[in-house]
Amino acid sequence: MITLNNIDKTYNKGSVTALKDISFSVKGDELFGLIGPDGAGKTTLFRILTTLMLADKGEASVNGFDVVKDYKQIRNCVGYMPGKFSLYQDLTIKENLNFFAAIFGTTLEENYDLIKDIYQQIEPFKDRRAGQLSGGMKQKLGLCCALIHRPKVLFLDEPTTGVDVVSRREFWEMLKKLKRQGITILVSTAYMDEAKLCDRIALIQKGQILSIDTPANIIDSFPEKLYGIKSAKFSGVFKLLQDTRSYPGIASCFAFGDSLHATFNDSSDKRLINYLHTKGNSDVTMETITPGVEDCFIHLLKE
Amino acid sequence: MKQLIVFIKKEFLQVFRDKRSLLLLFGLPIAQIVLFGFALSNEVKNSKIVVVDYSKDAVTSQIIRKIAASKYFNIEQSMQSADQLQAAFKKGAIKMAVIFPANFALNLQHTGKASMQVIADASDPNVATTVVNYVTQIVNSYNGQLSSLSAQPLQIVPEVQMMYNPQLLGAPNFIPGVMALVLMLVCTMMTSVAIVKEKELGTMEILLVSPFKPLYIIIAKLTPNLFISIINYFIIIILSAVFLDLQVKGSLLLLTFCSILFILTSLSIGLLISIGAKTQQAAMMGSLMGMMLPTMLLTGFLFPVENMPIALQWLANFVPSRWYFIIVKQIMLKGLGIASVWKETLILLGMCVLLFTISLKKFKIRLQ
Repeated sequence: MITLNNIDKTYNKGSVTALKDISFSVKGDELFGLIGPDGAGKTTLFRILTTLMLADKGEASVNGFDVVKDYKQIRNCVGYMPGKFSLYQDLTIKENLNFFAAIFGTTLEENYDLIKDIYQQIEPFKDRRAGQLSGGMKQKLGLCCALIHRPKVLFLDEPTTGVDVVSRREFWEMLKKLKRQGITILVSTAYMDEAKLCDRIALIQKGQILSIDTPANIIDSFPEKLYGIKSAKFSGVFKLLQDTRSYPGIASCFAFGDSLHATFNDSSDKRLINYLHTKGNSDVTMETITPGVEDCFIHLLKE
Repeated sequence: MKQLIVFIKKEFLQVFRDKRSLLLLFGLPIAQIVLFGFALSNEVKNSKIVVVDYSKDAVTSQIIRKIAASKYFNIEQSMQSADQLQAAFKKGAIKMAVIFPANFALNLQHTGKASMQVIADASDPNVATTVVNYVTQIVNSYNGQLSSLSAQPLQIVPEVQMMYNPQLLGAPNFIPGVMALVLMLVCTMMTSVAIVKEKELGTMEILLVSPFKPLYIIIAKLTPNLFISIINYFIIIILSAVFLDLQVKGSLLLLTFCSILFILTSLSIGLLISIGAKTQQAAMMGSLMGMMLPTMLLTGFLFPVENMPIALQWLANFVPSRWYFIIVKQIMLKGLGIASVWKETLILLGMCVLLFTISLKKFKIRLQ
């Protein structure tokens, strides 16, 4: 459905590299995630695929159409939701929907079944102006507008950024339903916890792809044993991190909320707990944990 | 086609929801007319004048009383001699001086005719003509009274002298000038933000990733502005007819046609700015700075183009308002027909087509 071959993109006449030699492909009705921090190049990639930008080098195609030559065909068959809220703030929900439906030569009624589940959640506010909606509602409206013409491929650029946890979960539920309707979805996010909800993910950093696989395979490929270290004193996480890092047998250690994720150089070393206690941390516990996508990401970054 | 209509509808909806801009769009021409129009023509109320009376008889004091009673004049002082007049005019302290020669009533009785002198400061030609007209009216009505009272015909003749600007250049020029200025500014400003706004809000990204044609986007953006500008044009025409007593002498239809052509040209300039600019602010500044000065200076209504250096005259040819200004003067003030403005109309048409084509060519189908 989507293929990219050796895509390069630079800004400011080559001084800033946005994408470097990106190649991957997305199969039909797949929910594919682009996972990476801000500034990784996700939006640039989306813009190239949605024909809004030209790559410096390389080729890409969407739904069998070349992004440069056949841009008109692509614009007919894809839905795109930019990262920044991009609807008319001074128009109501209903007006926005009807407008975008008309632009694509369709009507709200015609494809109502596709957006029904999502639209029903914001329908009570249909006469409210888009500018006055909450973050979650805005994103739902954005998704409705991107879906209104029943696109074959859906591009969602950070659709859950700035959205509360409950709405985020709902949003991903909707994406799964859409996938079942046969829509190929390329979604980007900076939230690592959302990665496991995708069929396949590409980890991207500084314009380069670190790894492409299913979330499960990426987690399986984590080469070391991972330990979670916790202290009873919640406020002491930073001190705990400093102390753990100062221990000679530790290979890596990062803070995840109120606990630490650490790997050892050789094998696990129970003496670490004693070491931490003597450093003044109270009730330290350590246990084996399964790594998450974020652990893999950090690990890949180090390589 | 249905897409286009929906888009135009949406544009209207947005324009009418933006109350502040709307106020500006309709407020600006009205304010301009009021400022230019009334500042130039109605300031003549309570004009300061000087009366010099060498005769001091019954007739002169009667006329002076009538002038003093008029709401148009404030008699500043009664000077004893005309020597101080020059200084008072130079200071700008007075607008007009009325001088009665010695033996005024005597002359009138013996010869049936007497002359008085009216000197006006014509550096402000509108005011000068108006005050002179007022004083002439007062004298004429006094003439009428005299004739009804006496058997023989008596006549007082005001001898008018315009100081500083005897030809009264530029007098009725300001309405065509204001029309050119207002339409040019409002059109370019409104349109210059139109497309940048979509770019800035990010909606352009979505519009581009849709089958909607660029030409349609441009047409949809221009339609409400065209509509508003035509209303503005009629507001100006009505205001100048009702309040400034300046009716369209020639064909209103022809004037309207030429005005729409000029509006379209200005819209195309705005469009070009909008397509080039990166932010709404830049577009606004560009259209204000870039259009205001050339329009003010090179249109010809503040400074006649004929008197400019050759280089500026040449430059003025590229300012559309210059040609429109000529058209309006010919049709509105002189009542001439298409035969005398076809050249200017063709130039405007050419500019319009050229600018619109460049805009369409320059419209980016991608970001950056």
